[in-house]
Amino acid sequence: MRFIVREATAVKAFALVLGLCMGANALASVDTYEFSDPGQQALYLDLVQELRCLVCQNQNIADSNAELAQDLRRKTYEMIKKGENKDQIVEFMVARYGDFVMYSPPFKATTLMLWVGPVLIFILAVAMLVRVIRRRPSSNDRLLSDEQRQRAEQLLNQTEEK
Amino acid sequence: MSKSRAFIPLLAFLALAGLFYFVLMKMGKGEYNPRDIPTEFIGRPAPSIDLPNLLDENDRVKSSDYAGKVWLVNVWGTWCPECWKEHEYLMHLSRQGVPILGIDWRDEKADAIDFLKQKGNPFVEVGFDPNSDAAIDWGVYGAPETFLIDAEGIVREKHAGALYPQVWQEKFAKYFHAQQPTE
Repeated sequence: MRFIVREATAVKAFALVLGLCMGANALASVDTYEFSDPGQQALYLDLVQELRCLVCQNQNIADSNAELAQDLRRKTYEMIKKGENKDQIVEFMVARYGDFVMYSPPFKATTLMLWVGPVLIFILAVAMLVRVIRRRPSSNDRLLSDEQRQRAEQLLNQTEEK
Repeated sequence: MSKSRAFIPLLAFLALAGLFYFVLMKMGKGEYNPRDIPTEFIGRPAPSIDLPNLLDENDRVKSSDYAGKVWLVNVWGTWCPECWKEHEYLMHLSRQGVPILGIDWRDEKADAIDFLKQKGNPFVEVGFDPNSDAAIDWGVYGAPETFLIDAEGIVREKHAGALYPQVWQEKFAKYFHAQQPTE
């Protein structure tokens, strides 16, 4: 009985999660814009992936339902409808919101650390790892010299005598 | 040698703890906001504004009317708690003679009109921007945001978040002392 109840709860929970996911999807597609020209459609889908939502900063504007993301999607749509190309739209956005609006920021002086930093840290980590491994004596090495071994035996014997 | 090495993790911990404390303190004081986005407009000509007047359907609010003076643009909305907070200070500035153009962003018209009627209107004019046209033009990503435009039409300062006396003194006041008698 108990088991059945639990199972039913699990099924309900699963249905709830599924419903929430689908609900979110349904929301996300509310303002899906239609283009008669497939080239424009592709450009739109490309741009909403590349532009960052500035409120929820780890999402692009395609994934975000923040109002600002909705506004930027609509702006993108309107600009494409007017026949503007990708460079023009990106330039428009960057002029207003800075490089930050690009999900992959351009490679230049101010973003240098952003791109190079992780590589540098990785190289540093590997270098440290190699050093540590090299320093560690291998198991074949004798830890003590013969003299040290004798001295150790002496000391051990002394304590036993006491 | 080996003794001093044992302290390396402790030193690393202290250094990190110090860094985190320093950054958190800056955030606490409002001097640093990790979500801040550097504005692109400082030193560049202000985008032009042409919006319907919130309080007069037959009128339009145009930035060209402000050419030649130092003025502020304040982006706000009744949905934004910080805007309620800074309202009183905007009223104070307005009484001092600071011209503020308001952009009522993504708001309900009736709510916005009510707000100004009940709490007072610190703005010379208010443009109504329900579709974010002006907001996007100005690179606004949250409210309130305040911009200062000089007599040549160049954006000189921007502040994201509520305006309060300390920010005013640090960033904005100097542009007004030059042309207005001090209090």
